Amino acid sequence: MKTLLEVDNLTVRFSLRAGEITAVDQVDFKLQEGERFGLVGESGAGKSVTGFALINLISKPGYIAGGSVRFQGNELTALTDEQIRRVRGNDICMIFQDPMMTLNPVLTIGTQMVETLQAHRSISTKEAKRAAVETLRKVQIPSPERRLRQYPHELSGGMRQRVVIAVALITSPSLIIADEPTTALDVTIQAEIMALLLSLCKDENMGLILITHDLAVVSQVTQRIAVMYAGRIVEVGATDDIVKHPRHPYTIGLLSALPQNKPRGQRLDQIRGVMPTLLDIPPGCPFNERCDRAQEICRRQRPGLEWKQHGGRVACHFVE
Amino acid sequence: MFAFSVRRVAQAVLVMFVISFIGFAIKYAVGDPVRDLVGISVSVEEREKVREQLGLNDPFVVQWARFLQKAMQGDLGMSYFFKRPATDVILKKAPATLELVICSSFIVILVSIPVGIFAAVRPNSWLSRFLMGASIVGVSIPVFLTAIVLIYIFAVELHWLPSYGRGETQMLWGVWDSGLATADGLQHLILPSIALSSIMLPLFIRLIRAEMKEVLETEYIKYARAKGIAPWRVLIVHAFKNTLLPVITVGGVQLGTMIAFTVLTETVFQWQGMGFVFLEAVERGDTSLLVAYLVFVGAVFVVVNTVVDIVYGLVNPMVRIASRS
Repeated sequence: MKTLLEVDNLTVRFSLRAGEITAVDQVDFKLQEGERFGLVGESGAGKSVTGFALINLISKPGYIAGGSVRFQGNELTALTDEQIRRVRGNDICMIFQDPMMTLNPVLTIGTQMVETLQAHRSISTKEAKRAAVETLRKVQIPSPERRLRQYPHELSGGMRQRVVIAVALITSPSLIIADEPTTALDVTIQAEIMALLLSLCKDENMGLILITHDLAVVSQVTQRIAVMYAGRIVEVGATDDIVKHPRHPYTIGLLSALPQNKPRGQRLDQIRGVMPTLLDIPPGCPFNERCDRAQEICRRQRPGLEWKQHGGRVACHFVE
Repeated sequence: MFAFSVRRVAQAVLVMFVISFIGFAIKYAVGDPVRDLVGISVSVEEREKVREQLGLNDPFVVQWARFLQKAMQGDLGMSYFFKRPATDVILKKAPATLELVICSSFIVILVSIPVGIFAAVRPNSWLSRFLMGASIVGVSIPVFLTAIVLIYIFAVELHWLPSYGRGETQMLWGVWDSGLATADGLQHLILPSIALSSIMLPLFIRLIRAEMKEVLETEYIKYARAKGIAPWRVLIVHAFKNTLLPVITVGGVQLGTMIAFTVLTETVFQWQGMGFVFLEAVERGDTSLLVAYLVFVGAVFVVVNTVVDIVYGLVNPMVRIASRS
C-alpha cells in the first residue's frame, strides 16, 4: 500500500487579542491509500482546525506555524494560493457538518455541482451537468435531473447532505475529509448517511478522515483513530484495539463514559473537570489536572507521542 | 401570488389615501392662492367671488372628497399659476427629474458595489479605512453644500462643466424631453447627478460592506473555498449574490427618497424638473399643483416599492417558493 497523506508536527496558531494560542500542537499521523482514519475528541480539541489545516484553509487570525503536510508526495503547506486551490475540491474534498449552512442558499444544486467540476476540469456545462446527474444517482438521490434545478431549501437535511457528498465525489478525489458529517442530522438519517459514505469510500478506494466526537460512529467506519486533547494527539492506533484496550487515561475516561459500557441502572462515569481553554493549557501533560494517575513528572514534563509495547502510540509517561 | 398582489394593491391605495389627506391638510398652511391669482387692485368682493368659484370656501372634507373623486379619473386639479392641468405640468417636467435620478442611481451602483466589496475583503488596508472615513464625512454633508462646492470647483474655477440648467435637450418619441441624447445635455447632467448621488453613496458603501463582511463569515463561503472555486467567483457569485437581498430592499426605499431629494439638487442647479416646479409652487401659493406633486411622488414611491418586491422574489428563491404556494 502506498502512503496517501503524511502529516508531520503540524502546528496551527491563532493570534488573538488575549494572546497567542496553539489550536493544533505538533500533530502527526499517516494515512495509506484508501484508508479510513478517525479524529476523535471533545469540542475544541482541535479536530476541525486540523482538518482545515490539511488543505491550508485556515483563515485569519489563524496560521500554520509549522510542520508539514505531504499529500501524494507533494508538500501542501508550500504551495501557492492557485496551486492549493487546484488540490481543494479536486484531490481532497471536504464534507462539512451542517448541510443547512454549507450549500449556498441562492444557487441551484446544479450550479453548485457544475462549478465544482468546472473549477478543476475544462469541460462544457452540458457534460458537467451529465456528470452531476450521474453522481447524484450514485448517492441515491431520486430524480436527479429535477434536483439540478432545485435550490437547497427545497431539499430535506438528509438530501442536502447527500448533495454535499455528491459534490465531493464529482471530482473523484483520493481523500475526503468529513467534519462531523452526521451531527446535524436526524438520528434515523445519520446511520443511512454514514453507511453511504462508507460504501462509497470502499467502492472508489478513497481515503477518509472522519472528524467526530461520536465514538460509536468512528468504531464502525474507521480502521485507525487518533484521539485529540487540547490540540494534541494523545493516542493513535488501530480502531478495534483502542476501543477494546484504551491506554491513555483520557481515552479510558472517554470510553468508560459511554452508556453501552455500563450495566443498566448504574451511574455513568465521567472525567472530572473540563478541558482547559487553549489560553491556559497547564505545563507538562495537558491532561494532568484531570488525571487520576498524575504524578510530579506529569506537571513538569510533556510526554511525547511514542510507540509503546502494544504497537500503538500513546502520549503518557505511565504507559509502557 | 394573487392574494399577495391584492394585498399589495390595497395597501398602496391606503397609502395614497393618506398622502392625499396630508397634502390637502398642509396646503392651507402654505398660502392663499387667490392673493397670487388676482392683482392688488381687486376688491374684497371680487376676491370672495373667485374664492367661491374655485370652491375654496367649502369645508375641508368637501374639498378633499371632490379632489379624491376627480383624482380617481386622473385629474389632479388645475394649476392656478400655469392655468393648465397640474398633471400636465408635472409630467412635462418628469423626464428631467427621472433622468437625474437614473444617472445618480447608476453612479451609486457603479461606485458602491466595488468599493463596498473591497472594503469588506480588505477591512484593514489603509484605502478601506480612508474610504470608510470619507463615507462618514460624505453622509454628514448636506446635498446643497456638496452641490455648491462642486459648482465652485468644476464650473467656476476649472471651467470644465456647466454650472446650471439642462443644456441642449432633444424630444424623444414626442413625449420625453431628454438631455441624454446630446453631448451638451450629458455635460449638464454630470454635476447634478454627482451631487444627488452623494447622499446615497456612503449609505450603500457601508451597507454593502457590512452585509458582505457578514456573508464572508458564513459556512457556505468557507465551503466554496474548500471546493476549490476561484476566488473571484467565490466573491461575486457566492458572496455578493447573497448580499443583494438587503441591498435591494434598502435600495427601493432610497430610490424614492432620491426623487424627493431632487428638490434641493434641482434648486441649486436650476434644473427644470419636478422638484424645481414644486419649490416654485410653494413660493407662488399654487396649492393645487403642490398637492398634485405630493400625490404624484407618493404614487412613484408606491410603484417603485412594488417593483422592488417583485425583483426581490427574482433574487431570493425562498420568496419565490412562498408566493407560489
